[in-house]
Amino acid sequence: MKNKNLGLAITMWAVVTFLHIPFFVVMLYAFTTDSSTFTFPPPGLTFKWFGVAWSRADMWAALSLSTRVAAISTLVALVLGTLAAAAVYQSHFFGREAVSFLLVLPIALPGIVTGIALRAAMGEAGMTFNFWTIVIGHATFCVVVVYNNVLARFRRSNPSLVEASMDLGADGWQTFRYVVFPNISSALVAGGMLAFALSFDEVIVTTFTAGQQATLPIWIFSQLTKPRDRPVTNVVAFFVVIVTTLPILWALFQNRKFEEQTQND
Amino acid sequence: MSSPPFLALLISMNPAISFEQVSRHFGTVKAVDEASFQVSDGAFFTMLGPSGSGKTTCLRMIAGFDLPTSGTIRVSGQEVTNLPPYGRDVNTVFQDYALFPHMTVAQNVEYGLMIRKVPKTERQKRVQEMLDLVHLPDVGSRKPNQLSGGQRQRIALARALINRPKILLLDEPLGALDLKLRQQMQIELKAIQQEVGITFVFVTHDQEEAMALSDQIAVFNQGKIEQIGSPHDLYEHPQTAFVANFVGTSNLISDDIAHKLTGERSTFSVRPEKMHILHEQTPIPANHYRLQGVVEDVVYLGIFTRFAVRTSEGLRLQVIDQNREAQDERRGDVVQIIWAKEALNKLAD
Amino acid sequence: MIRRFSTYLYNHPGVLLALLLGPPLGWMLVIYLGSLAALLFQSFYYLDGFTGQVVREFSFLTYRDLFSAAHMTIVLKTVVMALSVTIGSVLIAFPLAYYSVRYAGKRLKVLLYFAVLLPLWSSYIIRVYAWKLMLAKEGIVSWFFAQLGLSGVLEWLLSMPIVGGASLSVSNFGLFLVFTYIWLPYMILPIQASLERIPHSLLDASGDLGARPLQTFRRIVLPLALPGVVAGSIFTFSLTLGDYIIPSIIGDSTPFIGMAVYSYQGTAGNLPLAAAFTVLPMVMMVFYLLGARKAGAFDAL
Repeated sequence: MKNKNLGLAITMWAVVTFLHIPFFVVMLYAFTTDSSTFTFPPPGLTFKWFGVAWSRADMWAALSLSTRVAAISTLVALVLGTLAAAAVYQSHFFGREAVSFLLVLPIALPGIVTGIALRAAMGEAGMTFNFWTIVIGHATFCVVVVYNNVLARFRRSNPSLVEASMDLGADGWQTFRYVVFPNISSALVAGGMLAFALSFDEVIVTTFTAGQQATLPIWIFSQLTKPRDRPVTNVVAFFVVIVTTLPILWALFQNRKFEEQTQND
Repeated sequence: MSSPPFLALLISMNPAISFEQVSRHFGTVKAVDEASFQVSDGAFFTMLGPSGSGKTTCLRMIAGFDLPTSGTIRVSGQEVTNLPPYGRDVNTVFQDYALFPHMTVAQNVEYGLMIRKVPKTERQKRVQEMLDLVHLPDVGSRKPNQLSGGQRQRIALARALINRPKILLLDEPLGALDLKLRQQMQIELKAIQQEVGITFVFVTHDQEEAMALSDQIAVFNQGKIEQIGSPHDLYEHPQTAFVANFVGTSNLISDDIAHKLTGERSTFSVRPEKMHILHEQTPIPANHYRLQGVVEDVVYLGIFTRFAVRTSEGLRLQVIDQNREAQDERRGDVVQIIWAKEALNKLAD
Repeated sequence: MIRRFSTYLYNHPGVLLALLLGPPLGWMLVIYLGSLAALLFQSFYYLDGFTGQVVREFSFLTYRDLFSAAHMTIVLKTVVMALSVTIGSVLIAFPLAYYSVRYAGKRLKVLLYFAVLLPLWSSYIIRVYAWKLMLAKEGIVSWFFAQLGLSGVLEWLLSMPIVGGASLSVSNFGLFLVFTYIWLPYMILPIQASLERIPHSLLDASGDLGARPLQTFRRIVLPLALPGVVAGSIFTFSLTLGDYIIPSIIGDSTPFIGMAVYSYQGTAGNLPLAAAFTVLPMVMMVFYLLGARKAGAFDAL
């Protein structure tokens, strides 16, 4: 029995290592002096590529576009996702499952389907592909992230809280402001962060809904075909890992904390 | 007391709560079926019944969490049938307390006053008064999850009472507490009710709790009210077979046996402790009914002994006898069961 | 004013529901389902070979083109890859999920929770790029094999037909590895969730009734974990079907469905054919989802 567990434990740690090694490798390569191949171990370490990457205007443009797109998409997703979660939680209407199904469809169907479908429809509708077409695409698949987070929070919250608040004299709006919102706020932040991460990172749908603009992932993708720019790509990859990891960990931590709180009750 | 008759008339015109033909249907299920009753001002009123009997739905309709399908509900004479919870002068202590987890205890208690925009200084004063009332003066700055079950219970009570409602609703508030704490809270609850003088409407499925606390009890069964009365009334004069066996236990006597004993073909109930067991040959006292039977089971419980006796007519009776010296009835013994004529209670149906 | 509105909504829950549900449902129905419908329409248009213009008339010409042998090879290759990735993910995900549910202490469990979710939410393109670095001929994987003295094994693997290639990063095996890596968290989480729901007493009961641990695993754990596996496979299968970034960075650059779609709608200007190409995975996934729903996989999501 003990032996078998050991085997399982080793497998488990091997999988965990497998999941995380790429992050360390990417971060290490930002410092390599090797500018044309992927030699491991790196022949030497240097900081010089950071300066080179910093002065790239196209990189900054892509970063700025991605940030703006993610911010607006997250905002739309927060509103739509919260409304949908509230509707599904508080009423028992026919077809609640269908709503969940519809919301999860954009991430359950292959990304290429969502991408080309949006492109086909936008083309049909005569829209020009610009900032807003990217946002529409991103918001569509971000809604489910907020929805899942908020709905899970609603389901873990005590349903009598709303009744208690109304009982004590608060109307619907006051109940939302003083009781519902504070209870779901960390789920909103967590859901919002994950939606932001999802949008910030998306390539497949974006390639279909973007016109000439390049979001950061698209920029990185295009960089991969330019061997001379490899060191710059490495540095950007380094920063993306650093900058995205912290908010994601924070959002995950928030969800975790709430789960533990409700378990102790 | 010698209150002038016109005053008595005024009081009776405006009971704290009145239900007129109130029904609540969920689809085809009649959770509450044409309930009508009145609760007098300042009473400790209990709605007693098994789960699913409609008592909680009634409470929720008084609070405004559920709206009736038909009928009228009044609070102090004013119609509230379709008002939202925040439009009613009624507050609730929830079964799971429903304390707001993100607020401190003081903020929880203060909530109703904050919504009503009562000035800060007065709010603080009243919060402290309430915490004193429930004997928890020092927990204001804590969070609800730092309190024990009994403490949460008291804070829930303070939070509801601070608004000085006309009526306080309590939805099985003691259900989650262990037996000892429960008994202690019963005493405190009664004391607090007498101190604040508000009408309490209490929901429970525990008949002993209902008896211990209430001035009036309404017994619910399958969406209907079986009987309303004081604990004494309900115990001594149950009107239905359900009440006879939900509030304490009863032996039911009907048809031929009833006819043989009383000359009536009605259903009667007798409390087991009012029956006595006598040896086969012992003469019976005057004004007593008598049946003969065989002891089927004897359970010795210290303060008393519980017998199951099969009468010669085939009816199984439960008899509880105070323990006395020389009690020697055993399984298989042929015995007489006797009870005083006034212990036989005629049921309405 | 607000209070009156609140009261109105309290007495008219249907209106409240409409207000809550209207915007999200409207968005999804108009924008998303509308788009899927437009896609379906497009697939029945066809490209005029002479003019290079899309003819907006209903026809099956595009579908006839789609079912040509060359295109079917692409579909077959993609589906085989998606299936392999799904199976590979299950095999790798199960031990981790099982360990974290059955044996991990509280702190290790939290650690594993972060360890699985962090890669899931981290940058996809960066993670793919990391593998490009790692799988290169001069990269860390080759170096690792060399350190262990196992370069021969790697060479043998690369010399195999179909799965092999000049280096891992241009081989189908490398492609499989990266796909599996990228979608693995999507498989771990639902399996973990379904394992969590198996009460310990059930395993004890099985042991108590005389089952050996392996029998308990096969007869009790596996059947009860199946909804989780199916739920995870929705993602691994679907995401592999619809990806075109990974196969254009890793592998021998023979086209997958995603790449075909991308090039047909882009440079070739044949949007109808691209649409028809995506209808295939869409139909596959709809059937898959319906089946998964029957298997109770949606509860495990």
